[in-house]
Amino acid sequence: MSKNTVSDRFRKVDVDEYDENKFVDEEDGGENQMGPDEAEVDSLIRQGSLMGALQAVLKNPPINTKNQNVKDRAEGLVLKVLSSFKSADIEKAVQSLDKNSVDLLMKYIYKGFERPSENSSTVLLQWHEKALSAGGVGCIVRVLTARKTV
Amino acid sequence: MSIYTFGLEPLSCHAWNKDRTQIAISPNSNVVHIYQKSGKEWNKIHELTEHSGRITGVDWAPETNRIVTCASDRNAYVWTLKDGVWKPTLVLVRINRAATCVKWSPMENKFALGSGAKLISVCYFEKENDWWLSKHIKKGICSTVLSLDWHPNNVLLAAGSADLHCRVFSAYIKDIEEKPGPTPWGSKMPFGEVLFEHKECGGWVHSVSFSPSGDTLAWVSHNSSISVADGPRGKQVTHLTTDNLPLMSVIYVTENDIVAAGHDCCPYQFSYIGPEALGFVKKLDVPKQSSKGSMSAMQHFRNLDKKATTEEDHNEMETLHQNSITQLCIVEGPKTNVEKYSSVGLDGAMVVWTFKV
Repeated sequence: MSKNTVSDRFRKVDVDEYDENKFVDEEDGGENQMGPDEAEVDSLIRQGSLMGALQAVLKNPPINTKNQNVKDRAEGLVLKVLSSFKSADIEKAVQSLDKNSVDLLMKYIYKGFERPSENSSTVLLQWHEKALSAGGVGCIVRVLTARKTV
Repeated sequence: MSIYTFGLEPLSCHAWNKDRTQIAISPNSNVVHIYQKSGKEWNKIHELTEHSGRITGVDWAPETNRIVTCASDRNAYVWTLKDGVWKPTLVLVRINRAATCVKWSPMENKFALGSGAKLISVCYFEKENDWWLSKHIKKGICSTVLSLDWHPNNVLLAAGSADLHCRVFSAYIKDIEEKPGPTPWGSKMPFGEVLFEHKECGGWVHSVSFSPSGDTLAWVSHNSSISVADGPRGKQVTHLTTDNLPLMSVIYVTENDIVAAGHDCCPYQFSYIGPEALGFVKKLDVPKQSSKGSMSAMQHFRNLDKKATTEEDHNEMETLHQNSITQLCIVEGPKTNVEKYSSVGLDGAMVVWTFKV
């Protein structure tokens, strides 16, 4: 009888980590990416210029950085801006964005879906509907295939 | 547009003979069927059964009338027609993973084979020993090679792979050909040299295609985008993202017009005039307007009750293909002015489309 019949800890070992030919994404030096400027976005929200706040929060996405805090902070900020829009204004706001911004917005929306909070899902679903009609399914495919995301 | 259904199985790949009276297809199995056209029907005349794994690529060389097949059983066979029977010759490709795609070179003296072994096998016939030899291109490839296309000069080879890169290699084999002249992609072309590499194509590169002159290179990748690299203009790359599902196959129909098709079951036309000038032209499958009959009130409420919607029942898609298109192929016309091209898909159907500029 073999000795090791009791423990099955070996099943939890991540064998892919030990693969010599493992595919590694190229490092892109995202150490300095800080995400959207919190102060600027907050002041724009307070002023009531929501379209401006949307444009500002979609700048400098923390795509290349490995710092999870920066990413969480950016996501929180985006959620704040999205929640402050009235339902009727969402469509116009999405129309004012260019293609790349719509893709980025969709990335943030799906990131927001990952950790639902009190009211976030309703807001995100409304934005998702409008972003989908602007960006098509191609936009969602790009969220799924992006190796480095917000 | 004419559609013909070869059965219920998805068609993995297809290839035409020189005068387009015969077509070789593989219905998602380890067999290649050759059909002969008679009137509007296609009759099966040959079955090529030698592979033990699912066939992943078929190519038919028009002038020398040879067929090359590759499969997931890590083998490739070259078939020659002798006395009305196709006889296979094993090619030693020396790969330890499945083959994914195969293409004859323009002069048909060699062919390239992509594989999951992270390499491309360029095979040529050695007369002395009467067998097919292979040389490997491995430089820089980190994952499965998904698609290949030859440059018209018979030496350069474009490869799209699952490591999100699109590359142009030199497949110059000095034993069988003359040294090639300089091209916009480079002048020094030793075997295996990487002349162009584009990182971060956004997704797996499903299909690559050189333009008829070989000056520009188009590819489609899994992030629903199409890109073109311009050789003469500094190899500059132009991207275009689409709003549709990813495209799986791309071909040039004129020097500037590109047709691509994929998971949307419908071919699209794009045009490339210069750097930053890659644009969507139109959808090439315009569905006939189906006559909408008037629904009775009874039908209305029945639909509402059963399906919670009052829309009419849509069991079929509006496009000709009912499932994703996997491969496009030129049927008629020179490469610079294609008149007809064909598409096969997962619905088991083959459609021949007419292209009008």
